[in-house]
Amino acid sequence: METTSPVERLLRGIAITLVCLFFMFPIVWIVLMSFQTNETILRVPPSVIFAPTLENYTALITGKLETQAGTLDIDFMGNLWNSLFLSTASVAIGLILGVPAAYAFARLKFRGSEDIAFTLLSFRFAPPLLVLLPLTIYFQQLGLANTYGGLIWVYQLIVLPLILWIVRGYFEDIPADIEYAYRIAGHDFWSTFRRIALPLAGPGIAAAGLLSFIFAWNNFVFALVLASADKQPVTVGALAFVTASGIQYGQVAAGIVLSIAPTFALALYAQRYLVEGLSLGAVKG
Amino acid sequence: MTIQLSLKSVDKFYGPVGKGVHAVKDITMAVPKGDIIALLGSSGCGKTSTLRMIAGFEAVSRGTIELAGKQVQTLPPVRRNVAMAFEGYSLYPTVSVRDNIAFALKASRLAEAEVARRVGHVADMLEITDILDRFPFSISGGQQQRASLARALVRDADLHLLDEPMGQLEPQLRTLLRGRIKHYIKERGLTAILVTHDQTEANALADRIAVMEGGVLQQYGSPAEIKERPANLFTGTFVGEPPMNVFAATASVSGGTLTFDLTGGLDLRYAESAFDPRVRKMVLDRKQVMIGVRPYAVHRAEQGAAARVVANQWLGDQSHIAASFAGKTIVLVEHDRAHLTEGEPIKVEIKPQDLHIFDPTSGLALSHGNELAA
Ligand SMILES: Nc1ncnc2c1ncn2[C@@H]1O[C@H](COP(=O)(O)OP(=O)(O)O)[C@@H](O)[C@H]1O
Ligand SMILES: [Mg+2]
Repeated sequence: METTSPVERLLRGIAITLVCLFFMFPIVWIVLMSFQTNETILRVPPSVIFAPTLENYTALITGKLETQAGTLDIDFMGNLWNSLFLSTASVAIGLILGVPAAYAFARLKFRGSEDIAFTLLSFRFAPPLLVLLPLTIYFQQLGLANTYGGLIWVYQLIVLPLILWIVRGYFEDIPADIEYAYRIAGHDFWSTFRRIALPLAGPGIAAAGLLSFIFAWNNFVFALVLASADKQPVTVGALAFVTASGIQYGQVAAGIVLSIAPTFALALYAQRYLVEGLSLGAVKG
Repeated sequence: MTIQLSLKSVDKFYGPVGKGVHAVKDITMAVPKGDIIALLGSSGCGKTSTLRMIAGFEAVSRGTIELAGKQVQTLPPVRRNVAMAFEGYSLYPTVSVRDNIAFALKASRLAEAEVARRVGHVADMLEITDILDRFPFSISGGQQQRASLARALVRDADLHLLDEPMGQLEPQLRTLLRGRIKHYIKERGLTAILVTHDQTEANALADRIAVMEGGVLQQYGSPAEIKERPANLFTGTFVGEPPMNVFAATASVSGGTLTFDLTGGLDLRYAESAFDPRVRKMVLDRKQVMIGVRPYAVHRAEQGAAARVVANQWLGDQSHIAASFAGKTIVLVEHDRAHLTEGEPIKVEIKPQDLHIFDPTSGLALSHGNELAA
């Protein structure tokens, strides 16, 4: 333990508070907004004192958007479910495909392995729209347009390179001799992969899974082009809040709160693993 | 004597065969069952590469490896039945030292109680009983090294490969463990290859020593053989503490006296009859030779070649005297404290039977004392 003077501690406390305020302010503000009506939000000057209302949330959950122009049907909960399903399935498939591939790229140096790995990464460089236009035509012909399967497939463009490159780094950090030690003790390649490599890269896999989940969740343009209303995730669904009679700030805020809640919860849960991942260096033999 | 391990013309290239780093060059050697072999050589000479090929972690570029009667060079490590203690320890970071040691035994489906007994036994032997429940990252390098050694020794394998297993230990512990490990290996009839760059360790533990340099097996023989009959200049000067004295010499004979004219303008004279006729003929045929003599075979005498003391160190049990001699330095070892001061002139005598003669170009040994080298 280092010793610090009270003054230093005070200053440090102030600094931390400032930083937290700076980063947390938008989120706090949005949470506050989500409990207000459009009138209280737009009043001048703004104030944090208001009568909280759950009206925005009920509107979203029941799917009835009240505007001055009348009642509008939106399917926010459907969108939320789509987001959850698309992201989870994409990450799951991405992990199933990406983790063994990452291991292969880390351990088996074969001719052209660097090139293949780089090609996979380069998927991230292409502007998505450029890929999407020809893809739309193919998807229509293959009957993949507007299907979950098709969307999950396209989502691999986001998810797979991320998982591959993050997890590969973690595998490379495991000294190969640890695996050799296990193999020579009477275990085959696969059980070594399962029992030694996977657990040691676990934190990295968790981090990659979380990160790619967030990326998949936040994706907008793939679903915008390839999915119709019933398959749309929240990112696209949120467009519905821009109504003829103006923007429903309260509902937008409530929508944001609901849509960041899953990733937020996931991040909190995975934090443990992420921290472990960062300290893996101290564990290595 | 059954041969447990046999390497035949084994080569290792890192990178393309013929072009990459040629780490191991055409090694052929046979290890009898139950022997301890020390692989002795300086850093980077290919010791680890050789072990890793035997274990199956590196592909054999050329040649064959036979273990317990079957060719293994293309088998995966799991099917070779070899135990190894790694140079970098390579303990599994996520399990305790105890489980690290027991891992392989559990894989071989040994009864729980037997596993515990064996782990306890090696842990006792290597003085790591008190850290069995700790995790690898929380113990010192020396403890990790012993845990890794225990993990290898606890197994019943056809061959035990120990890559510098005691490099991190303090000298007293090393000496203590050396004896225990040797006893343990012999008691179980295990066959082991021990990599080391410590000659004392090689001499103390090994039945045979394989001296390597530059990827080439320089000599393979018992510690005594290596000391008394070094196969070439490299082994001659590499093995032995302090190292062998080596001088270039021109041999000639006249009037019954065989003279080695050392390049510094100094002569070593011997009666012609002191040499075996074949050795004498070989020396005179060659004329240009390298002569080597162990420091403990150089004696001070009333009559002898002139030298001048440059340093005199008493090491507690022996004196190391360095003297300028024939334009170079000669080192002699005496068992008593020598009362010599710097600059003092002395006379040194080298007996003909203590001369090792080498070919100046190839470095190969030509004769040891009165015997021609094979
Ligand atoms: N994976 C590798 N790739 C390329 N060169 C290597 C590799 N491993 C070892 N070498 C080289 O091979 C030679 C022998 O190395 P090594 O067997 O580790 O020597 P030692 O164990 O005797 O110190 C060295 O020159 C080393 O640089
Ligand atoms: Mg080595």
